[in-house]
Amino acid sequence: MKGKSLISINDYSKEEQIKILDLAAEFEKNPVQNILEKYVVATLFFEPSTRTRLSFESAVSRLGGKIIGFSDSSSSSVKKGESLKDTIITVSNYSDLIVMRNPVEGSARYASEVSKVPLINAGDGANQHPTQTLLDLYTIRQTQGNLDNLHVAFVGDLKYGRTVHSLVIALCNYNTTFHLVSPIELKLPSAVKMHIKDKNLTYFQYTDMNDVIPQVDILYMTRIQKERFSDSLEYERVKNLYILNKNMLKGIKENLKILHPMPRVNEISTDVDNTPQAHYFQQALNGVYVRQALICSILGLK
Amino acid sequence: MVKELKVSALENGTVIDHIPSENVFQVIKILNLEKFKTHLLIGTNLESKKYGTKGIIKLSNKFFDKEDVNKIALAAPNATLIVIKDFRIIEKNTVRIPDKIEGIVKCFNPNCITNIEQVPTKFEVISKDDLKLHCHYCEKITNKTNIVFI
Ligand SMILES: [Zn+2]
Repeated sequence: MKGKSLISINDYSKEEQIKILDLAAEFEKNPVQNILEKYVVATLFFEPSTRTRLSFESAVSRLGGKIIGFSDSSSSSVKKGESLKDTIITVSNYSDLIVMRNPVEGSARYASEVSKVPLINAGDGANQHPTQTLLDLYTIRQTQGNLDNLHVAFVGDLKYGRTVHSLVIALCNYNTTFHLVSPIELKLPSAVKMHIKDKNLTYFQYTDMNDVIPQVDILYMTRIQKERFSDSLEYERVKNLYILNKNMLKGIKENLKILHPMPRVNEISTDVDNTPQAHYFQQALNGVYVRQALICSILGLK
Repeated sequence: MVKELKVSALENGTVIDHIPSENVFQVIKILNLEKFKTHLLIGTNLESKKYGTKGIIKLSNKFFDKEDVNKIALAAPNATLIVIKDFRIIEKNTVRIPDKIEGIVKCFNPNCITNIEQVPTKFEVISKDDLKLHCHYCEKITNKTNIVFI
């Protein structure tokens, strides 16, 4: 994977994805090493995303690397009207790897084509956020021992959530059975369902989440965002439909784990946090190991 | 309506026939004929048995690469290309939509990098019958209902 940018999860084959997960497991055991001592990683955040940026910066810092960049475009030359191309060419002269988040869709693919150094997409608008997908795969494997033949439920906004789309597509490599829980107006788009059908896998659709909890190995919760609704009454109706609390965790499989890409609003009550099923904080931490693995693979250091 | 364009027959060159009337000038633009230096005849709103009306372009001493001509398929999917030498038709082909399209059409997604910075569009054609263009950058699908020429 040396020198290979990661823009879209499908840029990496199943085998390459597994290599990253295996390497991430090594970093989980030994997250502080000095392998990036001579390297500079640029983190260019054209829109703020504190969680994602801190996760990348923690990953680099714990491996002894240096970080340059900016955390939102208001403080950079972009504000003065510099084109993305010029910014990327300039920064690629100063660094060995670029991590970029940008609200414009397709900006990451374009940036990787003008950059002299490899680039990791840390989110390009509603399009792709592949490191989230890798850390989700890592977390599922960590909790279940493997990725094959699992029953995975996705709950909430399945229409606009790019996190869900990418993870569903990635899981199609592992004979997953999908349980899709959402309001009618936020169902998984047919373009994503096509991937499930192409692999001859099964999916079930529900509007009530109580029906699925006893059946699944992974319960992946998402938040429903207000800005997706033109009608605020509709949002009010839907927003409280899927709130998971401790009492709902009855008659469950013993290996059930609850994931969430974070931050949560009210989808998971805090009384769930101390149950053995809650795994969303660990999931966020796994992001650091996965990003360490990815950065080192791309730089050809592992 | 005039039945046939009254012009002298072409000795050597290319005729592009069965262009939808409303897209004749689009085809000229795609083939970059605005700066064409020899005889160029354009007809539009002509009678067509098959399509109601049609447009036609005749170019003397001009021959195209097939690849080049296929670029017009998005604007004129039923166009025929006729190659003439010594007043005789030596080749007649219908255009074919190519597998990849660069430039020519816009990505319909207003938040795509190609609509925000000076980045030429690039698409993979994922369906030709029911036209679907997959944007190389934002990965969204532009289709027949929202296609716009540049
Ligand atoms: Zn696009």
